[in-house]
Amino acid sequence: MLAKRIIPCLDVKDGRVVKGINFAGLKDVGDAVELGRRYALEGADELVYLDISATLEGRKTFARLVSRVAEAVNIPFTVGGGIGSLDDASRLLDAGADKITLNSAAIARPELIGEIAAKYGRQFVVVAIDAKSGPDGLWHATTHGGSRPSDKELFSWAREAQERGAGEILFTSMDHDGTRGGYPCLVYAALSDSLVIPVIASGGAGSVEDIAAVLTEGKADAALAASIFHYGQYTIGEVKRYLASKGIPVRI
Amino acid sequence: MIAIIDYDMGNLRSLENALDRLGAEYTVTSDADVIRSADKVILPGVGHAGLAMDNLVERGLPDVIRALRQPVLGICVGMQVLCRDSEEAPGKPCLGVFDAHVRQFTPAPGCKVPHMGWNNLGNTEGKLFKGLEASPYVYFVHSYYAGLCPDTVATCAYAGAMFGAAMRYENFYGTQFHPEKSGDEGEAIIKNFLAI
Repeated sequence: MLAKRIIPCLDVKDGRVVKGINFAGLKDVGDAVELGRRYALEGADELVYLDISATLEGRKTFARLVSRVAEAVNIPFTVGGGIGSLDDASRLLDAGADKITLNSAAIARPELIGEIAAKYGRQFVVVAIDAKSGPDGLWHATTHGGSRPSDKELFSWAREAQERGAGEILFTSMDHDGTRGGYPCLVYAALSDSLVIPVIASGGAGSVEDIAAVLTEGKADAALAASIFHYGQYTIGEVKRYLASKGIPVRI
Repeated sequence: MIAIIDYDMGNLRSLENALDRLGAEYTVTSDADVIRSADKVILPGVGHAGLAMDNLVERGLPDVIRALRQPVLGICVGMQVLCRDSEEAPGKPCLGVFDAHVRQFTPAPGCKVPHMGWNNLGNTEGKLFKGLEASPYVYFVHSYYAGLCPDTVATCAYAGAMFGAAMRYENFYGTQFHPEKSGDEGEAIIKNFLAI
């Protein structure tokens, strides 16, 4: 049975992980390659590396880091953050990334999704949507880490992204992100039902119960988590064993 | 020396990295003589099966591949083009090593297409799976699948279909999943292939 995926997300700034588990016995917790290996050993199904560097030099460092991750890690990994062109995507593919995420750049120029998918396949393109609910009852996609509004509505934008060639949708509710109060499961379920491509849930997990809920009631195909792992609240193995005990198919 | 066939069907970096991790020596080539004289041949592939066949034909490789007598491993689309034909390439014969027809998944409630992620194998048999547990999880990314046939050596179930996750006919092997991305189990499968 196809397993529900658990995906830790590592934020990287100037080539160093700025949020990651502090593994016992690991000398350098900022080393992105070593952390990726540790997560893979613990049972992560995929990894996401997000470049949050603000400088050109930082971005160059990130591309070199992607090559090193590809050499060392034997599970799929996705990279994102600041990808704005087919050239950016090509560089990361050449470095060995299995997938990329597009966010603000796809909203600014939706054709980019199709251009990258046409060249490297749909499976290579994850479209990330950061959305918040508005007073009109609709979910509005935002850009630049939730700081700017856009004219895109979550459901129609997700469908448009799918039609343009996205292979997966990574949806983060900006209303829930960082609250550790759980995911908006009804919204996830409606989103998942409206698409034929997988949906990755992100932002809001405060407990293993929350993750179980979004993978069942929320019909998400995967859960991306950051703080729940980074602060050592749960290990990936613990999360997966809990999910398995609830009858959710996971790779253990 | 292992020959990885380069026919412009996706990035070979993951496969190269996986072979590097195992310390295996390889060369990436589309040269018929190099392919013929290799100890092992790997036919990778990500993308469109029709384009994959066109690219093989353009490089004069279909007959070269069919005539190989050393162990050959097709991965993903590389496995699909070793089959008889594919719905993704209507009216175009594939290499016809494996006696299977390749079909498209139909999305079903709760079953997204592409079939993407970790799924477990069933009915594993033969050298590729030596030393592995009976139903290992491996990593898939595909929208088309090979139907079951006498060459099937591992099965997988998805979207109402039971399909060939691995095949073998004489010296030809194929995996629909990506062993190079399938963690330690995938690494063991590649190792097993290299040991044939």
